[in-house]
Amino acid sequence: MEIATNPTDTPFSIIMPKPIDHENSSDQIVQPDRETVGIPFVKHPRMSCRDVVVRYGDKQAINSISIDVGKNEALAMIGPSGCGKSTFLRCLNRMNDTIPSCRVEGSICLDGIDIYDPATDVVPLRARVGMVFQKPNPFPKSIYDNVAYGPQIHGLTSTKAELDTIVETSLSKAGLWDEVKDRLQEPGTGLSGGQQQRLCIARAIAVSPEVILMDEPCSALDPIATAKVEELIAELRTQYSIVIVTHAMQQAARVSQRTAYFHLGDLVEVGATDKVFTNPLHKLTEDYITGRFG
Amino acid sequence: MSTTKNNLLTPDKALKKRYRAEKRFQRMGIFAIFISLCFIVFLFTTIITDGYTAFTQTYIELDVHFDKKYFMEENLANANFPSLVKHSLYAMFPQVKSRRDKKMLKKLISPAAAYTLQQMVKDDPKIIGSSKKIWVLADDDVDMMIKGKINRNLNNQNRRIKDLQLAWIDTLIKEGKLEKRFNTQFFTSGDSREPELAGILGALAGSFFTLLITLSLSFPIGVATAVYLEEFAPANKWTDLIEVNINNLAAVPSIIFGLLGLAIFINFWGIPRSTPLIGGIVLALMTLPTIIIAGRASLKSIPPSIREAALGVGASKMQTVFHHVLPLAMPGMLTGTIIGMAQALGETAPLLMIGMVAFIADVPASLTDPAAVLPVQIYLWADSPERAFTEKTSAAIMILLAFLISMNSLSVYLRKKFEIKW
Repeated sequence: MEIATNPTDTPFSIIMPKPIDHENSSDQIVQPDRETVGIPFVKHPRMSCRDVVVRYGDKQAINSISIDVGKNEALAMIGPSGCGKSTFLRCLNRMNDTIPSCRVEGSICLDGIDIYDPATDVVPLRARVGMVFQKPNPFPKSIYDNVAYGPQIHGLTSTKAELDTIVETSLSKAGLWDEVKDRLQEPGTGLSGGQQQRLCIARAIAVSPEVILMDEPCSALDPIATAKVEELIAELRTQYSIVIVTHAMQQAARVSQRTAYFHLGDLVEVGATDKVFTNPLHKLTEDYITGRFG
Repeated sequence: MSTTKNNLLTPDKALKKRYRAEKRFQRMGIFAIFISLCFIVFLFTTIITDGYTAFTQTYIELDVHFDKKYFMEENLANANFPSLVKHSLYAMFPQVKSRRDKKMLKKLISPAAAYTLQQMVKDDPKIIGSSKKIWVLADDDVDMMIKGKINRNLNNQNRRIKDLQLAWIDTLIKEGKLEKRFNTQFFTSGDSREPELAGILGALAGSFFTLLITLSLSFPIGVATAVYLEEFAPANKWTDLIEVNINNLAAVPSIIFGLLGLAIFINFWGIPRSTPLIGGIVLALMTLPTIIIAGRASLKSIPPSIREAALGVGASKMQTVFHHVLPLAMPGMLTGTIIGMAQALGETAPLLMIGMVAFIADVPASLTDPAAVLPVQIYLWADSPERAFTEKTSAAIMILLAFLISMNSLSVYLRKKFEIKW
């Protein structure tokens, strides 16, 4: 990951015009002076989001966010509940499409292609931007079928042997192979919570995505399982871009290179993780990480 | 309230009251179950005590001499078999002389006896000229007498079996020429005006063909509708309108569907009436709302996390539904379908409108043969004046109930078997 440090290349702090629309978002506290501080942009981004606004019906959930996701970086998104981090995460592979009232404006590009362009097909997009959910949700099928399903529907393999290889490498990358190699035909739902979550990660990487989105992947896990998943994230970062939403600030500090702080639909601060946690630029970030609210 | 140490061992007043309320509620529940069980037991005992006798039938042994004089004609089927039966019977009671008494004697034997003899001659013409002992069906009144459904102690005028006939029956019993046998006739023939000849097979075949049509129409249409409405349809006022209408249809009295069938399918499309085809179509319309509602409920119960998981690895909407959601929802859908089928099996009212209430003696062999169905057969028999039809009615109800119970058990079994746990 390269962080653009040259002020002329990308300004350290970007001032974005905020629409002051009090009728439209009566239940939101709109603070026109709030702007993103830190380093939201990187030099060669994998994904770049510009002026993203998300509305659920009349309610504005996200107010004009611009941020980049770099190659081979883990970007953590923190913030109090209801601040829009999960909503924003789900915009990155268009999972919000399933919510009829959800409207997304602005542009989100994956390798320079706008994923919200009407011509963009959502199926290959989701193969390239995989997702791991808050609650482990393996299919009620065998462990093997759970991992093999993605490659099968995308036609990534032509022979059983190739498929076996993909299943093995995916499970190995997810650190689960040694635990399950003797019982691949047993139901994935019979595993423990942590194993299930790693199975879901294996399922996501089986289709070789470029970006993996993780929505609080450890919130349903015990500390030992959490540690395993965190280790895994650190490893996966060498091959994939990872965007992780988390409530545990220690987790963000442990696994991520950059941290983004969301507050009531605004992206308040983005910066190198150690900077954000030791020397936040914005007052709101400081309040949050020192536990004054949230 | 004082908190003393013995509070744990001796519950205080308020707690005791709470326990009493709980006990009272439980007792009320048990009482309610007891009452409903009583009703069920009552229903079943009445039906079974009335109906079990229908599974046996009285037979009389005749000494038949296949005299050549009856078989002078070319076509053996045209021989006068009723007369042969009559004279065989007279020969067994030579003391009966008067014309009136002979007529009464003749009434002991069912008209079916002539058909039995006809069939025997047809199968083996060589028996002409020989003598044989043959068991033939007794008349339904004799059957009722034997089964104790006609009171011997009534005076002669009010009794369907007169004193003379009673004496003959007693003679036959004494000689071992009258006995009750298992009623195969009941399971192998169609309806008849003669109770001893009437069977359930016609109605069973009719019900089978009708349900075949109903299932093959309502299951695919119902499942497709449920899947589309639940998974694909945009949420707008048209979808709402369709949903309200489907729920309404479930509450429409079934006879209305019969009227619709009469007006559109018979009068407009010209589908032959009284057939399993038209019955099946009408019942399919009636079952559709049940299947759709059950299907949607079972689709709704699939957790959204499964859909998200499938969409998250890049499955299309269709793949998500067909690979993950539908297999999980299938047990519920099957249950709904079987309950709908059981409902269709027991439905009478709409079928009255489309001519399935006609008297049909033949066993239907195809979808377009006129047929009766089980509940209509029950209705027809319950409506018949002959006493012997009472037990047939109960027997038919027993058979219908047996089918309903086995269908419902099947639905429970299928649900248990295909249920995927997670």
